[in-house]
Amino acid sequence: MRDKVVQVLEIKMIDKRVNTFEEALQGIADSSTVLLGGFGQAGSPVELIEALIDQGATNLTVVSNNAGEGEFGLAALMKAGRIRKVICSYPRSSGSFIFEELYESGKIELEIVPQGTLSERMRAAGAGIGGFFTPTSAGTLLSQDKEVRQIDGKDYVFEKPLKADVALIKAHTADRWGNLTYNKSARNFGPAMAMAADLTIAQVQEITNLGEIDPEHVVTPGIFVNRVLEVKLEN
Amino acid sequence: MPLNRNQIAWRIAQEIEDGSYVNLGIGMPELVANYIPENREIIFHSENGILGMGPQPEKSEEDGDLINAGKKPVTLLTGGSYFNHTDSFAMVRGGHIDLCVLGAFQISKNGDLANWATLDNSKPPGVGGAMDLAVGAKSIFVMTEHCTKDGTPKIMEECSYPLTGQGVVNTIFTDLAVIDITSEGLKVREKINEISFMELQNKTGAPLIESDIKELSPPVL
Repeated sequence: MRDKVVQVLEIKMIDKRVNTFEEALQGIADSSTVLLGGFGQAGSPVELIEALIDQGATNLTVVSNNAGEGEFGLAALMKAGRIRKVICSYPRSSGSFIFEELYESGKIELEIVPQGTLSERMRAAGAGIGGFFTPTSAGTLLSQDKEVRQIDGKDYVFEKPLKADVALIKAHTADRWGNLTYNKSARNFGPAMAMAADLTIAQVQEITNLGEIDPEHVVTPGIFVNRVLEVKLEN
Repeated sequence: MPLNRNQIAWRIAQEIEDGSYVNLGIGMPELVANYIPENREIIFHSENGILGMGPQPEKSEEDGDLINAGKKPVTLLTGGSYFNHTDSFAMVRGGHIDLCVLGAFQISKNGDLANWATLDNSKPPGVGGAMDLAVGAKSIFVMTEHCTKDGTPKIMEECSYPLTGQGVVNTIFTDLAVIDITSEGLKVREKINEISFMELQNKTGAPLIESDIKELSPPVL
């Protein structure tokens, strides 16, 4: 009898660890909205993004602070023709030539969102907030088609939550419950994106045993994470 | 002599109060960090999630996970902290950052700032954190050359380029002058001796107010 109970518990054990890129990216559909973590290369889940090329999903809307550089990661996914639209704050980094070529030839759509608004829109989506008023972009081109409300004498722009089907993020350490810690300024958009997607997939440097991450140090609690894949990278 | 960029940075650095939380915009404003007087403790904020940002490390100490808003390697000072983007912009929009120094394409006489897009639509625009910083920081200093390379004034009645923020600039530091934006208009606080008030006015696209102007004279840098 006792043995039986243990068995049932084991079957129901929460285990968000996956072993391959294939398993990590399974089920990502065409036309999905995909959040990509990272600020420049810091925190960019380059290996997961490149694996998405093999996975095959296309006609994607991608949300990312930048629009990729060189020919790796996000730029490689763009070059493979998988992205219909990019939502970002700053697409024009040095080395973002693939995006620029596609943009100038009208092959990719661009929506510019101020950086703080971008992360707050994702936080709002993750927090179940139906939108918010921000002073950012009041009186500028970026608020042209948006509701503006004066609150205590100051103009605020209404911004809607930015919900996504999938988030691909990079963290430092995970456990099988999906708790995450990050490394330095590579944290950036990870926590907001993890909250905002139906399916959050994190690539991490290291997966440790449950209990080895100090609960005081967990940055993204596992409730926001669906799959973790260990991708060991040389520094 | 008009100030070089290091000298404009030096002038701005003298103005930063001890104990301030400061965000330096990407590019020219980053130079300001080099000239903070030694007896002042200033905490630099980087919008990608750093408080207590320190100088660029030695090449061998560079860490791709520790970069500034311009995506260049930096260091963290003792006491510094990391946080996510949402918290970082809560600091910005929530009025917790005392001062932000930004570059500019144009500034209007009432403090409108244009620094994110021109009228050239062939290149993709990019705003980054500029609009959040412009409305959020308690004070906005602009660091800029007084005129464009072809001599067109950057300070004008109204900006012709798309705005970053409306009425957000407090003080403009140029290679020729320090100008406060006040309810009465553009008050020249300092100017270099080599130029007369009238010459300065001729290089400015909006009326300047002359009152008790001090000499702008940084050290050789």
